[in-house]
Amino acid sequence: MKRRHLLLAAAGAFAYGQSGSPGLYAIQNATIHTAAGPAIANGTIVVRNGLIEAVGANVAVPAGAWAIDGKGMHVYPGLIDSLSRWGLPAPVDGPPRIVVAAPTGGGGRRGGGDEGPSNVQFQDDGGPEERPSNTSWVKAADLVQPNDASLAAARNAGFTTAVVFPATGIFAGQGSVLNLSGGKAGDMVVSSPVGQFLSMAAVRNGLASFPGSLMGSFAYIRQIYLDAEQYKTAKAMYAQNARGLQRPAYDRALEGVLESPRALLPAGRKVEIDRMIRFGKELKTPVILYGGTEAWRAADSLKAAGVPLLMNLRWPERDRDGDPDVMDSLRTLETREMAPAGPAVLAKAGVKFAFYSGGLERPADVRRAVKKAVDAGLAKEDALRALTISAAQIYGVDDRLGSLEPGKIGNLFVTDGDWLAEKTQVKMVFVDGKKFEPTAGGQTNGPA
Amino acid sequence: MDRRKFIGGLLLAPVAAMAAGGDIVIRNAKILTVTKGSLDGSILIRNGKIAEVGPNVTAPAGARVIDAGGQFVMPGIIDCHSHIATEAVNEGSVSVSSMTGIEDTVNPEDIGIYRALAGGVTTANILHGSANAIGGKNVVIKMRWGKDAPEILLDGAMPGIKFALGENPKRRGGSDSGIATRLRYPATRMGVEDVIREAFTDARAYKATLDDYKARAAKGERVIPPRRDLKLEPLVEVLEGKRFVHAHCYRADEILMLLRVADEFGFKIRTLQHVLEGYKVAKEIKEHGAGASTFSDWWSYKVEAYDAIPYNAALMHKKGVLVSLNSDDAEMMRHLNQEAAKSVRYGGLTDDEALALITINPAKQLAIDSRVGSIEVGKDADLVIYDKHPLSNYAKVQKVFIDGEMYFERDKDMSDRAVREARRKQLMEKQKAAATAARPAGGRRPQ
Repeated sequence: MKRRHLLLAAAGAFAYGQSGSPGLYAIQNATIHTAAGPAIANGTIVVRNGLIEAVGANVAVPAGAWAIDGKGMHVYPGLIDSLSRWGLPAPVDGPPRIVVAAPTGGGGRRGGGDEGPSNVQFQDDGGPEERPSNTSWVKAADLVQPNDASLAAARNAGFTTAVVFPATGIFAGQGSVLNLSGGKAGDMVVSSPVGQFLSMAAVRNGLASFPGSLMGSFAYIRQIYLDAEQYKTAKAMYAQNARGLQRPAYDRALEGVLESPRALLPAGRKVEIDRMIRFGKELKTPVILYGGTEAWRAADSLKAAGVPLLMNLRWPERDRDGDPDVMDSLRTLETREMAPAGPAVLAKAGVKFAFYSGGLERPADVRRAVKKAVDAGLAKEDALRALTISAAQIYGVDDRLGSLEPGKIGNLFVTDGDWLAEKTQVKMVFVDGKKFEPTAGGQTNGPA
Repeated sequence: MDRRKFIGGLLLAPVAAMAAGGDIVIRNAKILTVTKGSLDGSILIRNGKIAEVGPNVTAPAGARVIDAGGQFVMPGIIDCHSHIATEAVNEGSVSVSSMTGIEDTVNPEDIGIYRALAGGVTTANILHGSANAIGGKNVVIKMRWGKDAPEILLDGAMPGIKFALGENPKRRGGSDSGIATRLRYPATRMGVEDVIREAFTDARAYKATLDDYKARAAKGERVIPPRRDLKLEPLVEVLEGKRFVHAHCYRADEILMLLRVADEFGFKIRTLQHVLEGYKVAKEIKEHGAGASTFSDWWSYKVEAYDAIPYNAALMHKKGVLVSLNSDDAEMMRHLNQEAAKSVRYGGLTDDEALALITINPAKQLAIDSRVGSIEVGKDADLVIYDKHPLSNYAKVQKVFIDGEMYFERDKDMSDRAVREARRKQLMEKQKAAATAARPAGGRRPQ
């Protein structure tokens, strides 16, 4: 009931805003971190009709602007979660491909064939041709639920954008850059599609369905990309002149792959990073790697390949409730010790990287995780870039997002101190030039 | 960052940063060349190759001299059947998984590589598992611990593929796994043969489609290019003699079945793997030209592996079959020298014949014998120093070289252990403390 009350209050404020809100804001006397150059002390930023109009030390407040005194405040570009699930319905596991009665006991491990359920039919081979675990045509922009509570919670923490991807299956689907502005789903979309999300998730029961192993996933993805290439050729030839040619069968799984401007591949350990760099070259499609647990060891490989990396902010940690007597391997211990140093190593090497929330849901946890990377040597400006302009560059939307520069989308947040400091509070968030004010209860007032 | 140096230095690098190309002389050694007898003398290593072997080798100026102290030097051991250094072994969902390949999942940081080195192994054939009548593609690797995945591959090794007969490929899935699932064909040995025949029939048709396309396109006809089929491509390579077949098998009857099918389709079985009943059909194996890679005395782990004898390797060898002993196991891999020794006891092989089972013979089976498998001038300097004769139960590996680079040194391994353990304790305490600090008093945190 309380929740509904708040929502109603928000709706009321919005109604008021339609008539009273200027759509023109000027924040004065603030420290402005543009992510495009050095911080501006006592600066002014003007946002008009959803876009940044001006930013600088000597910017006049336009007539009719809603002037905000930013004394003691810091202004940052809106944060971008570069690989996100925010706003999507929780993934559901697909039903098993064929369901049989529970095994009638016995069976055992040996032989594997002389008895067993009798009401089962043999299936076709089930290889890549059946397109298992593939929803490549699905787009996050078509799935997003604008009223999802996670969107408001993220916005309260200064996030204005999320690059949201469907998450189920090997070809999970296509990502969309979404502004966390609420309202209609269509209004949230900044760019779509921006990439195909690939996982190497083998089917749990290895004998049940192809692919049942990491090897199988590689073979499957490789075959799909080859098929897509052939499909494209066949369709083009057929479109040019259909006479005398076999008609290429429509294949939505291949359509989805062809629509995707880039592929996201999982790569945590150095071995995986190197492997996926090679695989990406083979697929002849631009790739982005995600994970990066051992990025601290892989900067040279990434730099040489020019492949960007999305770093998971959920650092590997000892399980808080774990058995205190378990002795972890040196390798595990070193990985936990060194993972947060990865961003600093990448920044030094000049590797393009961005952060993603990696399932951290509480904004305070995100900030703490970024702080950990800063404590391990990452410059604060680089930390900010990894959540703003770098993410925008990786997805090719830096012409409109990621920094506070004239002409870009009015995405920013205002704090009462250094955004990484423990006690700092987010005072205002602007998404598409609309002002939101986080409240103590975690709900958002606005847009005002 | 000294911490990074730490992990790199201790875990993932050859033990001695010996400048590549620097000359090395191993002197005062009992040299077991395997192919050219044994002698007391020295070996000169230059540019990663064996440059000189003899009783009197003059060390060039600037060469690093290693005094073997009268210990034994033999060629690095070659394991013709292993599943280490990969993050996947079986693609068990389909009966023909030839579209998969170990190369995609090679893990150069698998500790199994280092342990294999400690057992004197320098090269191994990393095979797909035996869940399918026709399995995935293999790789041949060298145990270049500390190198990246492409660098541990033995370049120039002939590509291969795994086949499997009998109990494993006829497992249907469903009733084994205990999970509701679809079942897989085949369920019988007859079905295994059928799957292989059908796959090669498909491969022939695929080849014909490709050839037809090429011919028509060459004539300038407007034809849509056919789809590349990653499942059938390796089988076409088998038919064209460009890819070896390594076939997992046990029983004599199914060995004969496979040889007949191969003859009918016009390809060769390069090696029969396990081949525990090979002694019954050694003549036929020899006639086909297949090699046999078996165990010394590992059997009875399933019904089809009961009719086995420890004389298998020796009997097949005496019938003229090219025989090797393999491990198929990360633990056995570390004492293949002892497995070879058993064939002296069971079958009366000479020392050289026994050592050949784990060196030059598997090298020939993998067609890498111009590079490795014996101590001869011009071959890769893949060498193992043992403190005693390698066919002794008491022999321990002291040093291992690959391409003239030292990748294992027993003394260094022993002394590093304390350092590693100290670091581990330190990190353990630090992370325990951090985990405790993060846990709020009163139990679990909310959410």
